[in-house]
Amino acid sequence: MKITRTEVEHVSRLARLALSTEELDSLTGEMDAILGYVEQLATLDTEGIVPTAHAVPMENAFRPDEAKDGFTPEQALSNAPDAAESAFRVRRVIE
Amino acid sequence: MTVYDLTLAELRAKLDKREISAVEVTKTYLDRIAATNPALNTFITICNETALAEAQAADQAIAAGKAQALTGLPIAAKDIFNTAGLRTTCASRILDNYVSPYDATAIARIKEQKAVIVGKLNMDEFAMGSSNENSAFGPARNPWNQDLVPGGSSGGSAASVAARQAVASLGTDTGGSIRQPAAHCSVVGLKPTYGRVSRYGVIAYASSLDQVGPVTRDVRDCALMLQAIAGYDPADSTSVNTPVADYQSNLTGDLKGLKIGLPKEYFVEGLDDDVRKAVELAADKYRELGAEIIEVSLPHTSYAVACYYLIATAEASSNLARYDGVRYGLRAENTENLVDMYMQTRAAGFGSEVKRRIMLGTYALSSGYYDAYYLKAQKVRTLIRQDFLNAFESVDALLTPVAPTPAFALGEKVNDPLQMYLSDIYTIPVNLAGTCAMSLPCGFSTDERPIGLQLIGKPFDEATLLRTAHAYEQATDWHKKQANI
Repeated sequence: MKITRTEVEHVSRLARLALSTEELDSLTGEMDAILGYVEQLATLDTEGIVPTAHAVPMENAFRPDEAKDGFTPEQALSNAPDAAESAFRVRRVIE
Repeated sequence: MTVYDLTLAELRAKLDKREISAVEVTKTYLDRIAATNPALNTFITICNETALAEAQAADQAIAAGKAQALTGLPIAAKDIFNTAGLRTTCASRILDNYVSPYDATAIARIKEQKAVIVGKLNMDEFAMGSSNENSAFGPARNPWNQDLVPGGSSGGSAASVAARQAVASLGTDTGGSIRQPAAHCSVVGLKPTYGRVSRYGVIAYASSLDQVGPVTRDVRDCALMLQAIAGYDPADSTSVNTPVADYQSNLTGDLKGLKIGLPKEYFVEGLDDDVRKAVELAADKYRELGAEIIEVSLPHTSYAVACYYLIATAEASSNLARYDGVRYGLRAENTENLVDMYMQTRAAGFGSEVKRRIMLGTYALSSGYYDAYYLKAQKVRTLIRQDFLNAFESVDALLTPVAPTPAFALGEKVNDPLQMYLSDIYTIPVNLAGTCAMSLPCGFSTDERPIGLQLIGKPFDEATLLRTAHAYEQATDWHKKQANI
C-alpha cells in the first residue's frame, strides 16, 4: 500500500475538504493506484538535474509601483455569500 | 451554404462587403444554438440579449469603417474565462452563482475588436478531465456522434465549433484540453507557447502549465484568433514580452526545406490502428509537399503522464484553496465553526475528480513527501523539456497523433481515473515543455470517428507551426467535412 485510509483522512484535513465514509474508501484505493503509477519516476536518475518550476526561463517580472484603479468595495463584495459594511462576514473565529 | 457554415475569414469578407449584418449573423447563430444545445449541452450560459447589443455595436463600427478582424463575429468562450457581468461557473457547483466583476485579458482583447460573445461553454469542472463528463452541468456531447464524448476539458469549445454554434471559440489547455477535444470533434485547436497569451482572468488550474488558445474551423481562422489574443500583458507576469508575428501573412503554403520529426516513442503499443494509419498518411502528405520527414527520439515520453499528475495536482491543490466560501461562490450552511465551514463548503461544492486531484496534490506537497513526489516531478520535467529542445536542434516541427484513440463512448472511462489520464499521453509532454502545438483534422476511423494530427512547434514559433498546418490543410479536405447536426 502506498497510502493508508488514515493518511487519506489526514490529507483531507490538510486540504480542508470534508469527505464521506464512501469517499474515503474509494479515494484510498484510487490514490493508491495513482501513487503506484507515479512510482516509475523513482527509477529515473535525476542526480544534479535542476528542477523546472516554470517552462519559460524568466527572471523576476517587475513593474513600476504605481497606484491604479481597482475594484470598488461594491464590486469586490458583489459575490460575497455574506457581507457587512465593506467587509466579508464569517463566523466568529475567537470564542 | 448557410451563414453558420462560413468560416471566420469568409464571414469577415461578407460583413465588410455589407452583404450581411452582424445582427443577422448573431441571430442566425443564436437560433442555431437554441435548436442544437438541448442535444449537445455545449453551452452553460447563452448570451441572447448581450450578444445582440454587441452585434449592433459591431454593425456601427463596420458602418463607420472601423471593422477589425473579429468585429461582428460570433465567438463563444469556455466558462473558465471571467466575463464582466456574465455568470462564470468553471462548470462547478462551487461557482454556480458567481458573476464576474471583470473581463479576462483574452476576452477584453476580442471585445476590443467588437467580437460578439454568444455564450459560455461547457467543460470539465475546473478544467480537470478529458471527456467533459466532469461538468456539474452534465456532459457535452460529440456532434459527430452523440454517444461519444467530445473530449475535454474544453469539450464545449470544440463541440460548439464543430456543431457550428459559434464561428470560433476560446479554450484553455493544461495537458491537452484544447488539442484532444479538437481532434475528437474534427476542428482546429491551438495551444500557444506558455507565456504567449495572457492568463489574466482565467480561472487557474495548474499555473505553470495552463495556456489560453483558440478553436476554429480551419487554420486561417486559427491564425486570426491567435493574432487577436497573443501578446504581452502587464497584468500577467508570466506572459512574455516577445514580438508577435503576423500569422496570416505566414500562411504561404511553402514547406521547402522544412524538417518534420516523427518521435518514435509516440508510435508504440496502445496506439489505435486507425489513428496510426491516418497520422502516417499525413506524414506521407508532408513528404509530397516537400518537407523532409526524420525519425527523432523523445526518450522521456513514458514518464510524462506521471510527472504531469504530480505537478498539475500540486498546483491545483494550491490554486483551489481560494474556494472557501468567504468571498464568492457557495457557502455551506449550519456549520460548527470557520474551519468546518471551509470543509463543508468544499465538500458540497467540488465534484469527485476535483476532490481527487486536490487530495493527490495536497499529499504530494505535504511534509515528508515533497521531495519524493513534487520535487522529483519537477526534475523529470526538466528532462522532458530537454528532450524537445534537443529534437528541435534537428527539426522545425514534430508530427504525432493527438490522442491514442478516437473519441470514446460516454461512460466508458469514468470509473477508471488512470485510464482517463492516459488518454492525454501525447499532449501532456508539450505542456510540461511549455512549447506550442496544434491539432488539426486528418481523417476518420473505420467507424467514422474523427482523428486529429498533432503538430508541435518550437517555443514562440507559432508562425511556423501555423504555416506547416496550413499547407497540409490546403492539400486535404478533412477540415471541410461537417458533423451532421
